[in-house]
Amino acid sequence: MNGLYRRRLLVNRWNLAMSLGTMAFGMTFLLWILFTLFERGFAALSPTLFTQMTPPPGSAGGLLNAIFGSFVMVLVATFISTPIGILAGIYLAEFGKQGWVANVTRFINDILLSAPSIVIGLFVYTVYVARAQHFSGWAGSLALALLAIPVVVRTTENMLRLVPSSLREAAVALGAPMWKVILMVTLKAVRSGVVTGVLLAVARISGETAPLLFTALNNQFWSTDMNAPMANLPVVIFQFAMSPFDEWQQLAWAGALLITLAVLLLNIMARTLFRQSATS
Amino acid sequence: MNFEAVATRPEAGTSASAPAVPKMSIRHLDFFYGKFQGLKGVNLDVAERRVTAFIGPSGCGKSTLLRTLNRMYSLYPGQRAVGEIIFNGRNILDSGVDLNMLRAKVGMVFQKPTPFPMSIHDNIAFGVRLYESLSQRQMDERVEWALTKAAMWDESKDKLKQSGMALSGGQQQRLCIARAVAVKPDVLLLDEPTSALDPISTAKIEELISDLKKDYTIAIVTHNMQQAARVSDYTAYMYLGELIEFGATDEIFLKPARKETEDYITGRFG
Repeated sequence: MNGLYRRRLLVNRWNLAMSLGTMAFGMTFLLWILFTLFERGFAALSPTLFTQMTPPPGSAGGLLNAIFGSFVMVLVATFISTPIGILAGIYLAEFGKQGWVANVTRFINDILLSAPSIVIGLFVYTVYVARAQHFSGWAGSLALALLAIPVVVRTTENMLRLVPSSLREAAVALGAPMWKVILMVTLKAVRSGVVTGVLLAVARISGETAPLLFTALNNQFWSTDMNAPMANLPVVIFQFAMSPFDEWQQLAWAGALLITLAVLLLNIMARTLFRQSATS
Repeated sequence: MNFEAVATRPEAGTSASAPAVPKMSIRHLDFFYGKFQGLKGVNLDVAERRVTAFIGPSGCGKSTLLRTLNRMYSLYPGQRAVGEIIFNGRNILDSGVDLNMLRAKVGMVFQKPTPFPMSIHDNIAFGVRLYESLSQRQMDERVEWALTKAAMWDESKDKLKQSGMALSGGQQQRLCIARAVAVKPDVLLLDEPTSALDPISTAKIEELISDLKKDYTIAIVTHNMQQAARVSDYTAYMYLGELIEFGATDEIFLKPARKETEDYITGRFG
């Protein structure tokens, strides 16, 4: 064994040890967070979470209005952002390509993708809430939709770019107009990838707090009126976790666990879908 | 605006002895990828109900030439063709040409099999539905007819509902040929249709080509000279964007007029 080879072995071992060490460091915190969350969250879980409203300070209650509010606002945001995001993604991948309109759009979309969510919240507050003179579920949905759109645009474009140009040409070669080529062939070929993108966007917005603080605010009571302030899990967690009341803190843990489980579920769904598309 | 044949000829003989009538006439064709000139002054007739092969080393412009015949290049900004390609009495390079109608008449099969992400039946029905509204029964008949033409009805008749992506490479390519034939085009363009396939599938497809020329005008790009010699009636040898020699396949392979052609064919070059 010569010196050069021995040195290479040592360097290899050192680097492997370092990367293992940093991985362990990062995972420690992640697992710690999850462990604390599960420990406190499961302790706070009870059937009344799903049957009672958020309580006044000092009394027991549930999270039903917050769960419902979050669900409705995320649902509305998904319905707004999915078509817009997919259509914009189609434009970028299939029509705009390297034109200046597409390049500018792509640049702005990238900025929006990494924009702090509180900025989006403030924006919706300024253009909608301040003018309407009241917080509302619609405003919350709008803020969440604005956060989801860039994610959907980006994944749709990336997915469509994975379609080999030969598939596109093959459909064009039959005399199919472009819209049919896209709708029936290319988009269909990456269907599960696009759905994955939508699911990831939903996962992203369902935990957002900042944009809802300025838009949907909160509501201690049962309300299905999208024109009124609406309860939602992230803001309830934010408010309850910082309170001195034990019941509220318990509910905050339970809410945090619920959101985490929901996001986890969405991610698993996205991964399974994506894996299916990769193997077929 | 459409490319229906302007006049039907009296029943053409399918034997090689019958005189060949040009189906597509290429005149003074220049092609540009941006500033790079890919084709230089090409003149060539693609004969009706014959197989015309384009051969030559990589980058010689044979695929480019094929892709001008259905204006496939128009998908890509920066690519343009100048000159004339007369097809059913019209210059298809004119700006007013309806490209979808043109491509419905000039079908194409690609190097790599390109089944659509749908069932075998729908792969074939996709193109047919674009220009014809058939009843369910007529469509089923058309699918059977096209798959029979492509010599794969027997192996696919029991799995028409299965995804076209699940077939083997050779079957996928024959499905693509069936799909192209199903819309009843006048011309079929084959861009190295067997280069991704095993010898058995290749043999099947070559057999198919000889069979299809009874009804269709075929232009084929191939890297395989034996294939050109086996399947084609006419051969064009291209080099660096120029048409070096064009003539009956027998003549090109047995007594080429140009030294360059002979060098390429005998393997001394290329």
